[in-house]
Amino acid sequence: MTDWLRAEEWMALTLSLKVSFWAVLISLPFGLLAAYALVRWEFRGRHVLNGLVHLPLILPPVVTGYLLLLTFGRRAPLGIWLEETFGLVLAFRWTGAVLAAAIMAFPLMVRAIRLGLEGIDPRLEEAAATLGASRFWVFATVTLPLLLPGLITGAVLAFAKAMGEFGATITFVSNIPGQTQTLPSAIYTFLQVPGAEASALRLVMVSILVAMGALVASELLARRAAKRISGG
Amino acid sequence: MSLSVDISHTLGEMALEVRFDAPRGVTALFGASGTGKTSVINAVAGLLRPRTGRIILDGEPIFDATMKIDLPVHKRRLGCVFQDGRLFPHLSVEQNLVYGLKFAAVGSPGPTLHEVAEMLGISALLLRRPAALSGGEKQRVAIGRALLSRPRMLVMDEPLAALDEARKQDILPYLERLRDETDIPILYVSHSVSEVARLATTVVMMDQGRVTRFGPAEEVLSDPANVRQLGLREAGSVLQGVVTTHHDDGLTELAVSGGTLLLPHVNLSPGQPIRVRVLAQDIILATSPPKGLSALNNLPAEIVSIRDGDGPGTIVQLKSGSDLLLARVTRRSAEALGLKPGAQVHAVIKAVSVARTDVGGG
Repeated sequence: MTDWLRAEEWMALTLSLKVSFWAVLISLPFGLLAAYALVRWEFRGRHVLNGLVHLPLILPPVVTGYLLLLTFGRRAPLGIWLEETFGLVLAFRWTGAVLAAAIMAFPLMVRAIRLGLEGIDPRLEEAAATLGASRFWVFATVTLPLLLPGLITGAVLAFAKAMGEFGATITFVSNIPGQTQTLPSAIYTFLQVPGAEASALRLVMVSILVAMGALVASELLARRAAKRISGG
Repeated sequence: MSLSVDISHTLGEMALEVRFDAPRGVTALFGASGTGKTSVINAVAGLLRPRTGRIILDGEPIFDATMKIDLPVHKRRLGCVFQDGRLFPHLSVEQNLVYGLKFAAVGSPGPTLHEVAEMLGISALLLRRPAALSGGEKQRVAIGRALLSRPRMLVMDEPLAALDEARKQDILPYLERLRDETDIPILYVSHSVSEVARLATTVVMMDQGRVTRFGPAEEVLSDPANVRQLGLREAGSVLQGVVTTHHDDGLTELAVSGGTLLLPHVNLSPGQPIRVRVLAQDIILATSPPKGLSALNNLPAEIVSIRDGDGPGTIVQLKSGSDLLLARVTRRSAEALGLKPGAQVHAVIKAVSVARTDVGGG
């Protein structure tokens, strides 16, 4: 099954899938919280939060990667604390690639969820409250089900972005084959090596296939969820 | 079961200062659009926090500004029906209906899903999604959903305003059944006099954020002082009666306190109570029993008061038996006939002038 890709190419693909999967899974609750806060809560730091969420979209990825290194590097206070308390090392590890991908994909995810939330009539939530549902139950039985298409879109967009993340990742965790060499890093490396264009091309095809697959899957899932909501 | 409201709030430019008591039955908040009716409803439901005042339901303060009491929406247990239905689009009709039931106290008394579905005529729709319902069906489901949440009171904000006339007439009988067959008091917001006349037992008239009058529906609606606010063409009174016989020629006879009335066929069986709204402009006054007149109904009455309007018209309030009637005639006729308080007259009403939509179960 693996013979159409060489071992190092296969490694890059599986690593990218693993990194993207965890990046989406870990950032989803935070993305939901940030989107909910931005749409439904009135508070002082709303604009600050909005700016922070969008920062990775505007900053050069290399800058984000370097900032991550400064914050979570093995000699940075936060990095030392994480290693001593949880035994968690981020710099130059696949875990760091997860963090970099999650942060870079965060703005896209929040935007998609936010769009979904803005499409939910708050008066439906009010109606649920008048029927006896507490805040938690309103969220669980009305907001969340209605938000499902937005959540799916946000997750898939974030997944695709994470699969393609290059600048912040290579700056923060470098390009170590089998450890931190993701799909884009591998393509970049193969392009530097004479005679490895075939490998690069194969990975380019794989990238296109994964991206298209994710898009189709999200479209189908979101359509199904939307149909369930509108009850067609 | 009673609700007592005494609140002040600021709505943009308008000061909202409202005080009224809603006893059992249907209490209608009546007034033109933009007079603050919906804000009052929202304050009662807990969706709007008034600046000051208190709201007491069954002796329990659900809002009291001085005592810092503000019961959260979901603990007030008021079944709300909104103008736009607000059904949950991702749930089936049945799931919508029982939504509030799982939050109600276990074992709290009230009708079952099937009783409610039966009463509202929505049993056949249970498996559908709200998107597949007509406007009238949606509103009936919304009413059922509120009813099934085991509410202490039903709060309805113009539940029929978004529907066309035919759909309104479909739903009004269900609301009448709700009023007559359940013990749940209803607070009902409307700007339609005919809806208020059909449903209300108590009327709270509002204008510019203030209550201008409140009291039993028959009294408020037949008070000449309220004619201007109700609208000249809409002014009229409500007669309570009992259906006595259906005649072969398609007329239905009913007994009211001042005599008998004949109306085009009414869909109620003999013995059933009935409410009839008679518009002030549909009554002709005669000083002697009229002869050679096609109008079928003639109620002897005594003039209570006469109130001149700005134009050539005048409003005459009459008492027929225990019912109050309003008649709108010209000042010229009133002078020519020598009408004055205390005089005995005959109120002549054409059977066909009473609109079918103004007849309902009592």
